Amino acid sequence: MRSAGSLAGVSDPSGTRISTEAVAKVAKLARLSLDADELRRATDQLSDVLDHFADIDALDLDGVEPMTHPTPISNVMREDVELECLDRDEVLAAAPAAESGRFLVPPIIGLDD
Amino acid sequence: MADSMESPTPTTATDIAWNVRNNLVKATDVIDRHLAAIHDRDGEINAFNTVTADVARARAAEIDEGVAVGRDMGPLAGVPIALKDNMCTRGIPTTCSSKILDGWKPPYDATIVTRLHEAGAILIGKTNLDEFAMGSSTENSAFGPTRNPRDTSRVPGGSSGGSAAAVAAGFAPLALGSDTGGSIRQPAALCGVVGVKPTYGAVSRYGLVAFASSLDQIGPFATTVADAALVLEVISGYDPMDSTSIKPAVGDGTLDLTRQLEWGVAGLRVGRIADLPTGASPDVAERLEQAFDALRAAGAEIVDVQVPAYGYGLTAYYLIAPAEASSNLARYDGVRFGMRVDAADTNAMYMATRTAGFGDEVKRRIMLGTYALSAGYYDAYYGRALKVRRLIADDFAAAYEHVDVLLTPTSPTVAFPIGDKTADPMSMYLCDTYTIPSNLSGEPAMSVPFGTGEAGLPVGVQVLAPALKEDVMFRVAAELERAAASLVQGLEPA
Amino acid sequence: MSETSTTGGAWSFHGYELVVGLEVHVELATRTKLFSASPNRFGDEPNTNIDPVTLGLPGALPVLNRQAVELAMRLGLALNCTVQRSTFARKNYFYPDMPKAYQISQYDEPICIDGWLDLPDGFRVGIERAHLEEDTGKSTHKGGAGGRIHGSDYSLIDFNRAGVPLVEIVSRPDIRTPEQAKAYVSELRAILVAVGASDAKMEEGSMRVDANVSVRLPGAELGTRCEIKNVNSVRSVGRAIEYEAQRQVGMLEAGEKIRQETRHWDENDGRTHTLRSKEDADDYRYFQEPDLVVVDPDVEWIERVRSALPVLPAARRTRLAAATGQPVDGEAVLVVTERGQDSYVLEVAAVGGDAGRALVHVKEAFADQGDRPRVPASDLAALTRLEIDGALTATQAKQVLAEIVGNGGGDARAIAAAKGFEAMDTSELEAMVDAAIAAAPEAWAKFCAGEGKAMGALVGAVMKASKGQADGKAVTALLNARRP
Repeated sequence: MRSAGSLAGVSDPSGTRISTEAVAKVAKLARLSLDADELRRATDQLSDVLDHFADIDALDLDGVEPMTHPTPISNVMREDVELECLDRDEVLAAAPAAESGRFLVPPIIGLDD
Repeated sequence: MADSMESPTPTTATDIAWNVRNNLVKATDVIDRHLAAIHDRDGEINAFNTVTADVARARAAEIDEGVAVGRDMGPLAGVPIALKDNMCTRGIPTTCSSKILDGWKPPYDATIVTRLHEAGAILIGKTNLDEFAMGSSTENSAFGPTRNPRDTSRVPGGSSGGSAAAVAAGFAPLALGSDTGGSIRQPAALCGVVGVKPTYGAVSRYGLVAFASSLDQIGPFATTVADAALVLEVISGYDPMDSTSIKPAVGDGTLDLTRQLEWGVAGLRVGRIADLPTGASPDVAERLEQAFDALRAAGAEIVDVQVPAYGYGLTAYYLIAPAEASSNLARYDGVRFGMRVDAADTNAMYMATRTAGFGDEVKRRIMLGTYALSAGYYDAYYGRALKVRRLIADDFAAAYEHVDVLLTPTSPTVAFPIGDKTADPMSMYLCDTYTIPSNLSGEPAMSVPFGTGEAGLPVGVQVLAPALKEDVMFRVAAELERAAASLVQGLEPA
Repeated sequence: MSETSTTGGAWSFHGYELVVGLEVHVELATRTKLFSASPNRFGDEPNTNIDPVTLGLPGALPVLNRQAVELAMRLGLALNCTVQRSTFARKNYFYPDMPKAYQISQYDEPICIDGWLDLPDGFRVGIERAHLEEDTGKSTHKGGAGGRIHGSDYSLIDFNRAGVPLVEIVSRPDIRTPEQAKAYVSELRAILVAVGASDAKMEEGSMRVDANVSVRLPGAELGTRCEIKNVNSVRSVGRAIEYEAQRQVGMLEAGEKIRQETRHWDENDGRTHTLRSKEDADDYRYFQEPDLVVVDPDVEWIERVRSALPVLPAARRTRLAAATGQPVDGEAVLVVTERGQDSYVLEVAAVGGDAGRALVHVKEAFADQGDRPRVPASDLAALTRLEIDGALTATQAKQVLAEIVGNGGGDARAIAAAKGFEAMDTSELEAMVDAAIAAAPEAWAKFCAGEGKAMGALVGAVMKASKGQADGKAVTALLNARRP
């Protein structure tokens, strides 16, 4: 769908399939933190996996229609009819934190990076 | 089978339901017997995350009361069933064997839970799995590995290892698993039971915790092909809560299987994939040849076909499944349910929660999938994988012009020792070589026990069929089951 | 900053021209959410309209609401769009009001594409696309400096709004003045209400406008644009764009570069402020939603929706203008059509009333009557006939109308009679005119000499003598007739 962008510039100076910088960036996108050792290990493992995946590089896939769904069905819709809602107290009781009928989260900052 | 029906301790689901419905055996006794087996041996096997003893006993009593007053309590009346712990059960913990969902009790039931309940089946417990169904050995569980009942130093396979082990150990005659890349069929093969991945869309996914939405499918484990057919008839069918559920032109989409099991295979064309990826160990390869021989002897025609893209399935799968998973698992953010690790701000809370809550393999796949979808790499990885997926589906379609079913090994090897592949993710991924392609194409496939291999451990043979041709697939499986019984040695309950 | 020059409607500031594209989000008027069956209802207790899908619980699956698709088609067709085969994608990002950490939205295959919207003055704005997506929940920030996100101690989340169906309508960057932007928003709002797609209340957030603003020297390539958010009224749309355009021109003239960024309109200080820079663009990792299937409306469905469309505001204005002889973008036609009272005016005309007088009365006296005024059309028709026949003066008619409106109807002739508004006979009026001339010979002389101003004094004298009951037009006519 989208091609140009942020990770494309992060190349692999070491000759591995994926650089530690790229792995660090991916981890951040996925909201996972890795220490230096974990980052190195993840980079090695992902590089190894991506090496194996090179087998499809040689395939000529021009003109092949991407397959996003196993079954070609369309127009599955429901009628605009209300059904019973979940019980708020039951749901909030299972939440990590709640206050006055709402879910409570720490201050919302640092999300725009 | 018929002559075993009135035995005092029926073991198959078919026998139990027949005896319970005819008031010959009490569902409460059936449950107690299975709970006792779990009590005796699950400490060693670790098949269950939760045993629902009280709920099961209460439901069994209801079934018995219903039978006593002459009510039809359903085709699975009194049959204990274990569910993989990634299927939502209202008020009963559903953990996906992950710390991040530890203690979470869903406020709703999965569609299959409702269907099983209505059919008289009794939930006996929730089974262990590789965290979020990511793995092929049930070692990636926050609650420790499950052991193979046939050799407890070995893995049961995965990711539905707990369900496979529960059935193999006699903890329950039936279990359900989910199969995204072989997670029902491979553990079935390694534990010596029957395991079925139905056509994508034949069984509702509503309430199945998603791993890879376009590949996930719920299916049964059983000790016999007939039992697998019986439960699949119950759980299959159109569900308006799942947009990808198949709505047939006629009927409700329930599969019609049990009637046809004795029809045999005479005249059916069984395909041997000439260009199948290598890697199956000699014992497995030998059993596969014997399976072809058995089917030929029963009147089937064996036909060589080509499925050139079969071997690219692994790569396509390990890009598509992690990509979908990276998105599906983003909701575990510590806001609405499950675990939270507190922090000074919401973003730091996300990081802390997800880092502490997910295991290594889940993190690895989330990162791989995030990478495959990210700007600059989408076309090279995810986009190409979707095209390879199309090639595989097209290749299968071409092969099925010539044959009714295909036969392959289920797993390249018999059950391997615990710890054997944990250090090398790629070696684990290779376990799925033979099972992955039918997830990509969305077509049904099942594993049938077919004798033993190295160290006397079970070997499974995989039957693949075109979409919604489960009836033909089950006929072939039933024939293999009959042939296996006369093979060297059949498998006794482990 | 100095004033912009607005000659002949064009916007120009220090030689720069303005380029604006608008992205408008509207909540669809469905009963339930886009992908689940909990109510789409504003103002309920927090977290009462929730279900497994809304909360993004593990295992929950979306199922598309047919009515949302139909409303999107309706508004797309009203905007002259092509309705096409469409798909849903996941837009992945973490934010606490987004339950699944992805938004289901139509990305590269939207349901409606390539339409246009004509402003009342005839200016055409292209519509690039209109696509379906789900709304987020709402955060409330607690502690710190009064409800602001920065410096708050914690936030509370209500998911009632999460999953409410939205259509995002994206215009082409065709708009060149703040006035056009305002007219576009007003017109779009009128269309949304007319087709029943949305109540489009900006103050309740059911219609939300983001403006992409850039400036350039005429003929130059498009400048770097900034996206302005939090524009909550039609008036703010104009103010925010005006401010932002001048800010950008100021920067360019100072030799600075415009940074592509999202900016926040602050209603209080009348400025836009940086919200976030787009240089570190989010990586949303869009991919097709595997839990939903293709939406491919067949021709039959599309044509059924098209043929059920009501007459749209532009056509209604044209019709009303033609019937009343008023300009199509005149205030009376715009206001009365926006209130949905245009068909009432036409109904008054149809039962024998005067459309022009009816338009004036409806505009002035029916502001609170909605699109189905209580006053029977025949009553208003009778009133306008009395005016046209000269039986009532404009002033008298106004008083009669006030009583008719107050009573929800009434016989204009009877009310006029009760008020003593008998039409004066000509001889009586002529006598008053003659008396006025005699009483003010200087004014009469000036009037005869062609000094128009002098007429006012004479007419005023007659009005005074008649206690306001004389018809001004008739008095003028008599004065002119007596002029040598």
